[in-house]
Amino acid sequence: METLLTPALKEIAIDAVIGVIKLAVIFNVLLLVFSLMTYIERRILGFMQFRRGPNRTGPWGILQPAADGIKLFFKEELMPEGANKFLFFAAPVVAIITAYVSLAVVPYGGPLVLPFYGPVSLFGRPINIQIADLDVGILFIFAITALGVYSIVFAGYASNNKYALIGGLRSSAQMFSYELALGMSWVSVIMAAGSFRLNDIVAAAERMNPWMWLLIQFPAFVIYMIAACAEVNRTPFDLPEGETELVAGFHVEYSSMKFALMQMAEYINMMTVCALASNMFLGGWLSPLPGVIPNSPLWFFAKMGLLLFVFIWLRATVPRFRYDQLMNFGWKRLIPAAAIWVVLFSGLTAVFGEKKTPPSTVAIIAPAAGQVSR
Amino acid sequence: MPSMQALERDQALTKPAYRILSEKFGEKVSRVTEYRGDLAITVDRAAWKEAARTLRDHPELDYKLFLDLCGVDYLNDESRPDRFEVALHLYSVTHKHHIRLKTAVPEKNPTCDSLTDIYKGANWFEREAFDLYGIAFLGHPNLTRILTHDDFVGHAMRKDFPTGKRFVSKKPKEWLLHVPKGSEHLVLNVGPSHPAMHGTFRVQVLLDGETIRDAAAEIGYLHRNFEKMAEERTYWQIIPYTDRLNYCSAFINGHGWALAVEKLLGVAAPARAEAIRVILSEFSRIMDHLVCISTNVVDLGAITPFFVVFRAREEIYDLLDSVCGARLTVSYVRIGGVAQDVPDDFDARCRKTLGWIREVADQMENLLTRNKIFADRFKDVGVMSKEDALSYGWVGPCLRGSGVGYDIRKDHPYSGYDQYDFDVPVGTVGDCYDRYLVRVEEIKQSARIIEQALAKLPKGDFITHDRKVALPPKSEVYSNIESLMNHFKLVYDGILAEPGEVYGYCEGANGELGYYIVSEGKKYPTRVKVRPPCYNIYQAYPEMIKGTMIADAVAMIGGLNVVAGELDR
Amino acid sequence: MTPHAATSSLPPYFPVVMLFLAATGFALFNVILSWLLGRPRPNAAKSSVYECGVPSVAKLSERFPIKFYLVAMLFILFDVDAAFLYPWALVFKELGLFGFVEMMIFMGLLGAGFAYAWKSGAFEW
Repeated sequence: METLLTPALKEIAIDAVIGVIKLAVIFNVLLLVFSLMTYIERRILGFMQFRRGPNRTGPWGILQPAADGIKLFFKEELMPEGANKFLFFAAPVVAIITAYVSLAVVPYGGPLVLPFYGPVSLFGRPINIQIADLDVGILFIFAITALGVYSIVFAGYASNNKYALIGGLRSSAQMFSYELALGMSWVSVIMAAGSFRLNDIVAAAERMNPWMWLLIQFPAFVIYMIAACAEVNRTPFDLPEGETELVAGFHVEYSSMKFALMQMAEYINMMTVCALASNMFLGGWLSPLPGVIPNSPLWFFAKMGLLLFVFIWLRATVPRFRYDQLMNFGWKRLIPAAAIWVVLFSGLTAVFGEKKTPPSTVAIIAPAAGQVSR
Repeated sequence: MPSMQALERDQALTKPAYRILSEKFGEKVSRVTEYRGDLAITVDRAAWKEAARTLRDHPELDYKLFLDLCGVDYLNDESRPDRFEVALHLYSVTHKHHIRLKTAVPEKNPTCDSLTDIYKGANWFEREAFDLYGIAFLGHPNLTRILTHDDFVGHAMRKDFPTGKRFVSKKPKEWLLHVPKGSEHLVLNVGPSHPAMHGTFRVQVLLDGETIRDAAAEIGYLHRNFEKMAEERTYWQIIPYTDRLNYCSAFINGHGWALAVEKLLGVAAPARAEAIRVILSEFSRIMDHLVCISTNVVDLGAITPFFVVFRAREEIYDLLDSVCGARLTVSYVRIGGVAQDVPDDFDARCRKTLGWIREVADQMENLLTRNKIFADRFKDVGVMSKEDALSYGWVGPCLRGSGVGYDIRKDHPYSGYDQYDFDVPVGTVGDCYDRYLVRVEEIKQSARIIEQALAKLPKGDFITHDRKVALPPKSEVYSNIESLMNHFKLVYDGILAEPGEVYGYCEGANGELGYYIVSEGKKYPTRVKVRPPCYNIYQAYPEMIKGTMIADAVAMIGGLNVVAGELDR
Repeated sequence: MTPHAATSSLPPYFPVVMLFLAATGFALFNVILSWLLGRPRPNAAKSSVYECGVPSVAKLSERFPIKFYLVAMLFILFDVDAAFLYPWALVFKELGLFGFVEMMIFMGLLGAGFAYAWKSGAFEW
């Protein structure tokens, strides 16, 4: 064996093995986190609403997601008559693919450092908890999450159901409207970091001090969170599903595992936006007290969990917008606000900022522009 | 029929309604009676429509509020030349007066002029009379069945229609709307099985994007013909049926029924019973308002207020449970009093429950009243003008939200409501937000009433001693012969009301809940007509949602508090 | 300071492709397994389209309200424009004041178009 492998091939093999291991671990951890999230969300909502939430399956009801999953596997598949069969099947598959692929570039916490153990290495390499460290990181996510709207449009269109159709249309228009603001809110971050790579952004925050970074980017953070909430169809922007208006909106005809996949995609998208926010604005895996407490992936997960909690909290607190209010808010408030922030931030940077960006990044412009204008 | 006799002419002329009508229509005003304080004028069929118009438009009369229209079948009354009668109930908010206008309709040609262009609310009531009695209303825009389905044969409320006869609906009605040819708008059914339709009723809407261009409603999914059942029950056997009308505040229905029968019989309940009735009615009202507000907010997508509010509702249910052993359908009221005395810890329980209500009301206000999204969703949505509200026959919080301060507890106090100090909140705009605010304020006012009633809860009997109305206590039945005979007679013969007719009413959670009872002196009433508040209210709904968005339509329906049990009866 | 992707000998998009395959496999596995386990036994009632319990009338129109198209068009317009912000933001520090002024001119044009769309009622729903 040894003789067959040239050092270069060996390198590739090791990288591939590491890649597969990382992928398998991250993939499954996300799956676990997703199922935990459904449980935690229900418990938190229960807590906020003077109920108990699921508490019967396993200790503290923690096996509830597993029970739900098993139940959904055995549920009968229903196919509404007149449905476009291919698109009806394609919608949940597309939803899952876009949800997972967009997570590829999210760093989950820099180099893996375990408490009481130190840096973890595999085949003598430090482990970076990230599937793919692309130079165009943010743009990649932007491009892939935008594809997610297809699954909703497919689902709405293919079901041959009026409620689903209205939900699908609502959803596409809503996601379009808020994607603009979402994209613009990143500009100031990119400007300050001088890179699309999420690792670089965290590094830039570390150079500055994460608190300072958050303070400077705070308006962008607020805009981002609002737009992100609309992008993942959470209350108060849950109009595409609108339980009491459109019954279940675009997935009204979905049952069994297809329904579960749609839900899963939605939750993973929610995790994506929160993971992004914690990397871009909250300093990812940096500790909140630099120098006092060590950096750790745990910080990243804590920050992401905090943001997820905010989403759940919002769901328990506010009613839903009306459609015209949603559109008005998106186009007449959020987008102008984001644009003004870009102008303001760039103006301030031009006047007070220092020139530090390495010239190498210029090479990224061409592919980046190509990615964005899809 | 001694007391139902027509008034002498000079006596009748003291009634402005009679004076003006007889001046205008002369001989066509055939009869005027005043029984138990109810003024009833009978006119010829030819003058029916114009008489109604005069009652509405004459400044001295001003009967602007449409209450009820129903048919009555006098099949067994030999003295009447015509078999059917149509009875119209109106109310004048300015003069605080109820009136009943009647006209006889023969069996051969059961037709009558439609009042739909005088009172908007007459539309569904005339359809109901057509559906159940087969009386055709000339000039009605859409005279179709409303409570029964299209496969139904015959008219269920006619005395010669067998009680047990059933028909199966083969197919639901597909089209409620008339959609112009070539229209590319979406026709969408909302309900009967839709999360925002609390109960089972259906609206078909014509959608242009998000905007509703046209709408039509269908009801009757929960119809069980309570009124027909009531014609084969004694007066007290009807009490449990009334619980199923507005099941969110079941006690008030029974209270109203007892009041109506007491009015018919001319008896009164003891002071203690009345005070207990007031307390439980107000608790039921609070409960109804809480359910209404919280489900309305769920429709808007906020789930938490629902759970906040339901804790207080749960406490009220526990209170009812301790009083009568039942939670939802209490059947606690009796003709002439209540079923049993309240438990010893009643006062303490009530106060504890009031504490909960206060807390919940505060939390609700924090969660909702100052919530920007909530206010934006409610303000200027579903605006109902004062005039239209009266014409449709809106009552209760919805009418008060539109700026008419008509509350029976204030204007026609019953059960001792005049002893208590409380305010009647009135809205200004008539939108969903006003209706919401009125309900919130009414919760607080009801709590005030309860406190006062608790403070001076009189001692004494909880049911009348009139042995023609109320059963004697069991201990007496077992120990003395007179009571045993009273008991036997009452159970065997029922309460025998003298021939006559009354319209008894009380302030239900949704507004004026009326019972029009016709007695021919028998064991069973000849006719019981419920005037269900939300029947009028829901009738306006398809008109209200035209030109608004789906989300607005959903925001409106909850605030109207349509309860299917009461709507479909 | 931060580990760079360049340390890997594989092409940078290789893991993304692997993830894509894994996600596709996962989705298909789930859909097919649940189809096998919960064998569909359709009947008329089950496969009827849900419309609140009454038969659906009037076929779905192939044409949707123009409003939605309008939103889509506005989105494309402004999104493509906004996409130019990214490369600019990336090298902003190098371009300095010149880049700022240049982009402000661009943003001004964008803003004018936006204001026009606003004024002509394109955002009114």
